[in-house]
Amino acid sequence: MRYETLSGIPVKEVYGPEDLAGWSPEVDLGRPGAYPFTRGIHATMYRGKLWTMRQFAGFGTAEDTNRRFHYLLAQGQTGLSVAFDMPTLMGYDSDHPRAQGEVGREGVAVDSLADMEILFQGIPLDRVSTSMTINAPANVLLAMYVAVAERQGVPPDRLRGTTQTDILKEYIAQKEWIVPPRPALRLVADMLVFGTRHLPQWNVVSVSGYHIREAGATAVQELAFTLADGIEYVKLGLAAGLDVDAFAPRLSFFFDVHSDFFEEIAKFRAARRMWARIMRERFGAQNPRSWWLRTHAQTAGVSLTAQQPLNNVARVALQALAAVLGGTQSLHTNSMDETYALPTEEAVMVALRTQQIIAYETGVASTVDPLGGAYFVEALTNQLEEAAWAYIERIDAMGGMVAAVEAGYPQREIADAAFRFQQQVERKERIIVGVNEFVVPEERPIPILRIPPEVERRQIERTRRVRAERDNTQVARRLEALRRAAAGNDNTMEHILECVRAYATLGEICGVLREVYGEYREPVVI
Amino acid sequence: MMARPLRILLAKPGLDGHDRGIKVVARALRDAGVEVIYTGLHQTPEMIASAAIQEDVDAVGLSILSGAHNVLFPRVVQLLREAGADDIVVFGGGIIPEDDIPGLEAAGIRKVFLPGTSLAEIVRWVQENVRPRGVTV
Repeated sequence: MRYETLSGIPVKEVYGPEDLAGWSPEVDLGRPGAYPFTRGIHATMYRGKLWTMRQFAGFGTAEDTNRRFHYLLAQGQTGLSVAFDMPTLMGYDSDHPRAQGEVGREGVAVDSLADMEILFQGIPLDRVSTSMTINAPANVLLAMYVAVAERQGVPPDRLRGTTQTDILKEYIAQKEWIVPPRPALRLVADMLVFGTRHLPQWNVVSVSGYHIREAGATAVQELAFTLADGIEYVKLGLAAGLDVDAFAPRLSFFFDVHSDFFEEIAKFRAARRMWARIMRERFGAQNPRSWWLRTHAQTAGVSLTAQQPLNNVARVALQALAAVLGGTQSLHTNSMDETYALPTEEAVMVALRTQQIIAYETGVASTVDPLGGAYFVEALTNQLEEAAWAYIERIDAMGGMVAAVEAGYPQREIADAAFRFQQQVERKERIIVGVNEFVVPEERPIPILRIPPEVERRQIERTRRVRAERDNTQVARRLEALRRAAAGNDNTMEHILECVRAYATLGEICGVLREVYGEYREPVVI
Repeated sequence: MMARPLRILLAKPGLDGHDRGIKVVARALRDAGVEVIYTGLHQTPEMIASAAIQEDVDAVGLSILSGAHNVLFPRVVQLLREAGADDIVVFGGGIIPEDDIPGLEAAGIRKVFLPGTSLAEIVRWVQENVRPRGVTV
């Protein structure tokens, strides 16, 4: 066995005051709700308001997903979170040749406003908050959401929610992109400006470490690369002429919660402290809300095993507990069957109930930052912070995250870490229960969700009908206006909204952007 | 006479960007002495089949985590067959329900690796089941 964290930080047999030499409770810990927010961004934390329980859902057509949303809301879920399918994430319509076999499989297919209207049918958009896991075409999906709200009579300033919009993380890890990094960032800047003007309650960018971690990063790398991406978005907003305190409070974060219990707790605490310092000291933000690192967390999909899938319930519960002890604002718990397919309704319910058990039965939400001051947790928080700063300094020296990504630097670091981890598992230096130890030969099959192939056909039919029934002259005119804006300096968001209102499809809008900016091909790094 | 090293094309068909697994497998095969060519992401079956033929590989390893395997895996096999290269061994892995394996095998996928498979297992399978093409023993 290795006595070190998943990031490779050595773990001592016991910790005491000597491990906190130079550490000051006033400077490094502070009070909950006060700078540097190590103990949480709110003074009363979960006594004031529990975290939002937000299970990610989306599959098949908009009708299928709309039914799942109504079910989840009826089960006590407090926010919606939309998963889109691969073609949507890549900006292709369902009838594009590259979409073949992918439609509705890993999320819901959204090709036009017609789909978005069905997706939110019967859901009052002024009363729920909606998170959309969408990045490269986030501008188009946000425009569609605004347009659906208009049709419901809800003005944009009442909309609450998040578009992920973290395009840097896409080039680093998740790899669903449309255009190259620099024009993609210009589109994000347009969204930041639009959001600051019209959507005061919308989180335009959720800076996401989740996918970085899932791709193989360690906790230290996740922390460092995510904050380094956050720094880039702040620089972007400033370059677009926004006042830092006008948009920084609307940046949110998204972290993974893996199985190394104390390292994960320390990661959330270090992240808050580092971001507060970055915003106050590096960017001179004045508004305390600009200093807040508000975060959504999701349990580690990559930690789940296909072997003995019921064991995943225990893994998810412990990871969820770590996220709560770390002080997250919002949480998604994975379902036990996700190593096979998208979760079934029953598996999702067990995952949601896991959060409710932590919230209502364990008592851990009764006091703020219950592990604050623990020698081990504070020492680990310090060590994670120190290791993450070293990465951020390296990235700064490379000219920032865009340059680092173009050089393949984070991609290579992550691939190295993934390979190192796998080797440790192979050599049994890390035990994965049911995989390399405590293995059973026979396994009980668990039910899995099937997406019928007709989904693709039905979706394609709807999109073709939309194209046939809309005013195509108007669509062509609006797409042309978008093309001019994209090639020039006009804010593209207003034009995308016009395209969406005219039922231009996602593929058509992204097609214009592909023509203007070119498609991205990544330098292959093994 | 020393046999020439195996040449394997590793490919990500479809649109998902989950390349952690395939990259780890690429390194393990390289460490085992296999010549590995990795296509990068977002490949169509046509791109993969044509790369396999141009690169004159002995096997193609496919990875999909998006659920599109039932459509895209068999398509690669079919395209190789149409090009007269059906002696190229095709194998794959990813987030694949066990129930889908018989169908994939019937379509000509020689082996499907499920999540949790060890690298050693994959390397061993390749060494036992892939032979240099055009070399008669």
